[in-house]
Amino acid sequence: MKRRMVLPVMTLLLILAVVTMSSCGKKDQVVLNVYNWGDYIDESVIPLFEKVYGIKVHYDTFSTNEDMYVKIKSGGGNYDVLFPSDYTIKRMINEGMLAKLNIDNIPNYKYIADRFRNLAYDPENEYSVPYMWGTLGILYNTTMVKEPVTSWKILWDQKYSKQILMLDSQRDSIGITLKMLGYSMNTRNPQELQAAKEALIKQKPLVLAYVGDDVKDKMIAGEAALAVVWSGDAVFMQWENEDLAYVVPEEGSNLWFDAMVIPATSKHQKEAELFINFMCDPEIAFKNTDYIGYSTPHTEAYKMLDPELANDKTAYPDETDLVNCEVFDDLSDFIAEYDRIWTEVKAY
Amino acid sequence: MKKHLKWIYASFIYLFLYAPILILIIYSFNDSRYRGTWNGFTLKWYVQLFQDRQIMNALYYTMAVAVLSSLIATVLGTAGAIGIHHMKKIKKTVVMNLTYLPVVSPDIVTGLSLMILFIFSQVRLGFGSMLLAHITFNTPYVILSVLPKLKQLDKHLYEAALDLGATPAYAFQKVILPEIMPGIITGMLLAFTLSVDDFVISFFTTGSGVSTLSITVYSMARRGINPKINALSTLMFLTVLTLLIIVNKRMSKETTNHHDPSRV
Amino acid sequence: MKKKWISYPYIIWMILFIIVPLILVLFYSITVRTEDGIIFTLKHYKRFMEPVYLSVLFRSIYLALICTALCLVLGYPMAMILNGRNIKRRNILILLFVIPMWMNFLLRTYAWMTLLERRGLINTFLNMLGFPSMNLLYNNGAVVLGMVYNFLPFMVLPIYSVLNKIDRSVIEAAEDLGANAFTVFRKVIFPLSLPGVISGITMVFMPAVTTFVISRLLGGGQFTLIGNLIEQQFLLVGDWNFGSAISMIMMVIILLSMGIMSKYDQEHEGGGLW
Repeated sequence: MKRRMVLPVMTLLLILAVVTMSSCGKKDQVVLNVYNWGDYIDESVIPLFEKVYGIKVHYDTFSTNEDMYVKIKSGGGNYDVLFPSDYTIKRMINEGMLAKLNIDNIPNYKYIADRFRNLAYDPENEYSVPYMWGTLGILYNTTMVKEPVTSWKILWDQKYSKQILMLDSQRDSIGITLKMLGYSMNTRNPQELQAAKEALIKQKPLVLAYVGDDVKDKMIAGEAALAVVWSGDAVFMQWENEDLAYVVPEEGSNLWFDAMVIPATSKHQKEAELFINFMCDPEIAFKNTDYIGYSTPHTEAYKMLDPELANDKTAYPDETDLVNCEVFDDLSDFIAEYDRIWTEVKAY
Repeated sequence: MKKHLKWIYASFIYLFLYAPILILIIYSFNDSRYRGTWNGFTLKWYVQLFQDRQIMNALYYTMAVAVLSSLIATVLGTAGAIGIHHMKKIKKTVVMNLTYLPVVSPDIVTGLSLMILFIFSQVRLGFGSMLLAHITFNTPYVILSVLPKLKQLDKHLYEAALDLGATPAYAFQKVILPEIMPGIITGMLLAFTLSVDDFVISFFTTGSGVSTLSITVYSMARRGINPKINALSTLMFLTVLTLLIIVNKRMSKETTNHHDPSRV
Repeated sequence: MKKKWISYPYIIWMILFIIVPLILVLFYSITVRTEDGIIFTLKHYKRFMEPVYLSVLFRSIYLALICTALCLVLGYPMAMILNGRNIKRRNILILLFVIPMWMNFLLRTYAWMTLLERRGLINTFLNMLGFPSMNLLYNNGAVVLGMVYNFLPFMVLPIYSVLNKIDRSVIEAAEDLGANAFTVFRKVIFPLSLPGVISGITMVFMPAVTTFVISRLLGGGQFTLIGNLIEQQFLLVGDWNFGSAISMIMMVIILLSMGIMSKYDQEHEGGGLW
């Protein structure tokens, strides 16, 4: 009886052992682990980097800032370069999760336009190099919305009942509501948040759906009149459907950035900086901007753009239009309040 | 009449199952990146697909983890089910409730708790850890598929075989195994399906350089899923279908000769 | 048949990868991290008792129940048809049942949207026939449809595999004794297939409670579901303690209700037909 037990137990242990062993790789060559959003790079850039510097790149993708953050925070990924958004960068800086960049190793940083330096999430430019940026605004179908759109208030207009697509993202949806009410997107004031909650509950019957990434298909197909979208996507949608127009409401909106950072746990900081520098090379930055279609903070890449895109106010709005815009701050523990509001909006 | 009704019903169900698949195949030929418009016929996504190193890598890991995990889970689960079937009542209840846990608990809880466990026990996150996680959430489905077949089993069959002089191993192989085979195959199919489709658990238990198709697809979502994935799905679907037709042609000769009359 | 050892590998596996993580979740659910270290508390469980959260839980269970019932009603006849006497290539048909699920979940769900949208294919088709468009997307119907679509194979396959070996002679005997088709089904076939039905219900109901992506996409994200709530706690808020407590409560509720059901199963087995 006991001897019979040995065989299955041994087999099991063997599987476990093989599995654990197999995950240890070779260590002769430097491998740079890069973690980015999906489909957010011109794929040909990576082999190019590998060829020029003889460094192997493991390129992985994540789908949200939060997924990535939780994984890195728990020690679940030995990555060397990350591409988080503004508020996540702030959070990671606050929690000591990022390494300070040695800017001498990134000479191409000089191409980053002045207006994209010293931003709230990284005031001293110590930790991050911006990659892409954009705004949040209203995309509307001019065949269905005849009036000029200037304010977030239109999303509360009875006329467009069941024609409005909101974002299924608590931070963004509460944020624009706060903006509509004239408050800051980063508020911690309970009364202001209470007002936002009531506005959202009032708006709920008018909303066709709280959507995520599917908003692009919906608006192109003309399924709704108004939607809250990011500028980068808006450019594409306008190409696919000429009836669509994009506006950043006058109350102001969210200004967002995705930037390259190096986690403090990285063992290859030099190589990581080499990679970031490579990404800021004018040719490479142009390649990426051209492929992704989002707005670039890179001066040289901007100059190389197709003039039609470079002059597109959706992608590259005038600075005067952005005066009321804010960058998301890291709310740390206060995010629980936002979550509670969102849950209450959507619970009944 | 009754037979017609059956066929109509079955066709309706298969139509229900395949309507979306047909749509996603059609959209692999759409010249637009988006589902919202039809800009004309193209094969460019197929061309781009084969140039995409990341997707090809992900395909390899998806298949590897799905095949390995469903096979191991099938062996582990079938053996487990046989053991559970013969347990005393209380012990059985306890073990079964624990078996249900990976089925009940949300993916995010399973994914994160396994990730913490792996990090804590210093298992390097990567293909191995992801495989372990997949086996863990697959095995309960195998057990749930095999147990009903064991309940159905005639208890005396095995003893009769032993009385007739068969060794336990031989009796198991010749008497029990064929009887529970449909359950084992069902379990394996379900395990494979779950493994291919999983995103959250894979995401948190894998490490750098190892990505599955699900991870690739979900991470594309912010920018809109690239139709390359539709193209890949179409090719996968056609491959499986072709394989099925080949196997079917070979088997149909045999099955027409041996027809099993003892079925409902 | 005393081959207890045969289950030992699974038991060991279970201890390592199910019980240990469970203890971890349990630990999170009853602790809170403060400046003085970790303190044991039940406040997360208490917090869940607020009406907001309870309504989220009930809605999730309600949707999962409907989905399970529909899967059973649609799936059982299908399992019987697949077992039909004259069906050739039975294995192929079974495989064809799961192959759609091998295509990526997001793509499948997006494809459903293409079908159901206001200007989607079904409405275009209806308009062609002269009918007005219908609101097919963004309601509970669409959510249930999406759930049934994704879970149907998990109901059909286990029932099929059990029906597969029901002794034909038992049914014939019942027929000879004058039972009509419905009585045969009710008194003979269904009770005999019960273990498969229970497995099917388990494999559909349990995961259905925690799915939320279908509701987000096809239901228009109008309502928070429990899986959604849990994910928010872990990822957005970073409140692992509350997230763990919610999942513990949910697991206990589901396991208790399943326990009641399996009791019913065992009674049947005991008072059985054999």
